[in-house]
Amino acid sequence: MAEALLETAGLTKRFGGLVATGNVSLSIAPGEIHAVIGPNGAGKTTLIGQLSGELKPDSGAIRFAGADISRLGPARRAALGIARSFQITSIFREFTALDNVALAIQARAGHSFRFWRAARRDARLRDPAFAALGVVGLAGRAELVAGSLSHGERRALELAMALATAPRLLLLDEPTAGMGPEESASMVHLLAGLKGRFSIVLVEHDMDAVFALADRITVMVYGRVIASGTPAVIRADPEVRRAYLGEEGG
Amino acid sequence: MSGRHVAICVALAALALVPAVATVAEAPFYIGLFARIIVFAIAAVSLDLILGYGGLVSFGHAAYLGIGAYAVGILSYHGITDGVVHFAAAFFAAAIAALVIGFVSLRTSGVYFIMITLAFGQMVYFVGIGLNEYGGDDGLNIARHSDFGAALNLDRPVVFYYFAYGLLLLFLFLGNRIVQSRFGMLLQGVKSNERRMIALGFPTFRYKLTAFVMAGAVCGIAGALFANLTLFVSPSIMHWTRSGEIMMMVILGGLGSLVGPVFGAAAYLILESVLSRLTEHWQAVLGPILILVVLFSKTGLYGIFALPRRRSG
Repeated sequence: MAEALLETAGLTKRFGGLVATGNVSLSIAPGEIHAVIGPNGAGKTTLIGQLSGELKPDSGAIRFAGADISRLGPARRAALGIARSFQITSIFREFTALDNVALAIQARAGHSFRFWRAARRDARLRDPAFAALGVVGLAGRAELVAGSLSHGERRALELAMALATAPRLLLLDEPTAGMGPEESASMVHLLAGLKGRFSIVLVEHDMDAVFALADRITVMVYGRVIASGTPAVIRADPEVRRAYLGEEGG
Repeated sequence: MSGRHVAICVALAALALVPAVATVAEAPFYIGLFARIIVFAIAAVSLDLILGYGGLVSFGHAAYLGIGAYAVGILSYHGITDGVVHFAAAFFAAAIAALVIGFVSLRTSGVYFIMITLAFGQMVYFVGIGLNEYGGDDGLNIARHSDFGAALNLDRPVVFYYFAYGLLLLFLFLGNRIVQSRFGMLLQGVKSNERRMIALGFPTFRYKLTAFVMAGAVCGIAGALFANLTLFVSPSIMHWTRSGEIMMMVILGGLGSLVGPVFGAAAYLILESVLSRLTEHWQAVLGPILILVVLFSKTGLYGIFALPRRRSG
């Protein structure tokens, strides 16, 4: 196997007496879609938070592209190429869709101590931003205020922003959360199109989406990894069936 | 040019005509009143940069006004009268104060940020009271205006007026460039959703601090002008109620518009001037007016007069 892009070793985070993630060790290969599933409260979002740097693990280490990033804050990690989408859509509601993505482009375009040129007329920001909107099918919505977009469009916008930062690793926290079947299907289609171009850690409740997209699946229950492997292995794992898939109806 | 631009240009051009009209009408009092409006407009514009665009509710902005004014007062006291030195000292002293205050305050957010900037503001106020050498509580008289040579003799009210007016236009122009630049977009992004900005990879602290220092430095210039306007400086210029007044001017005029606070400063000081002649409880009248403006226009006077009607919702 190729060297892992992201590796965690013994990642542990406690909230008071509750172990949100206990001794989680993951390895994400370049270009792989790695799904993390588990019932509510399994610690999936806490895991994403630690990978993105918003949460500090109590113990354990995170390596990204061969370097220890355990102590870096979220902005530094994003600059290294770890982009995330949030479980609850996090966009700039007052800005247009294009402005939203242009800010993401700007984040990757060096420092922002630029006080003179008008950013909204800067083709180096606007053109790639418009292209990223096209990738997620929002080109026709570019000039609309983000807050006025539909839920599904906002989720797609958030994905476009993550893509616009030219990441190496995408952390996607329930990209289909709150979506109807149609919106959900189009998001899965979108993600399938990204397959192989980025490494993706995908937290998802929609099992159809997970089994359609994932190269490997890690199953978490009460903060612990109970199984990890290819979709076929996970599907056949008796402990997983008992703990999770059976209950949720697969 | 849109209707909005026309309204703004007319308003700013009208300010330029004040000395002429006041002279013809033989009412020089108005030159002083409008000079005061311009000085506070600069302070309010500087606050709007961080408050309206960055969402940083700094409740200690009068501190920089005071530091700028004291820079002029203290230098004059020691016999240094050069105007360039005065204004450079006001600018950099306020910038350094903002750097220190911002460095600590910007680690907090929300209510804590409001409280800590308020606390710093009051701290500077009490330092002013403690300056016994420079009059302490009673303040300090300034013998002469800042000396910019014969061509720019601030002793003449009209010259001072246009000097302040020119600075206001300069800061409006620079501010307008800044808020549209990448830096300005970043600042507005921080106001809208700072968590998202960090997740995109922006180290937001250093940018917020930069904006905070720029706002402080410009307010220091307003302070230097204020010292020249009144030829007197005392700690009362830094009292927290003064920070509140500047913030009211920004909100009354329209947050996040830069030019709105100019309207806000004008409205506030004209109302103060008119109402305080009618009653000493003029603030009891001003309060409800402020409430009404904020209730009916989220973008203040600027929104009422200069923005096209929009559907609410």
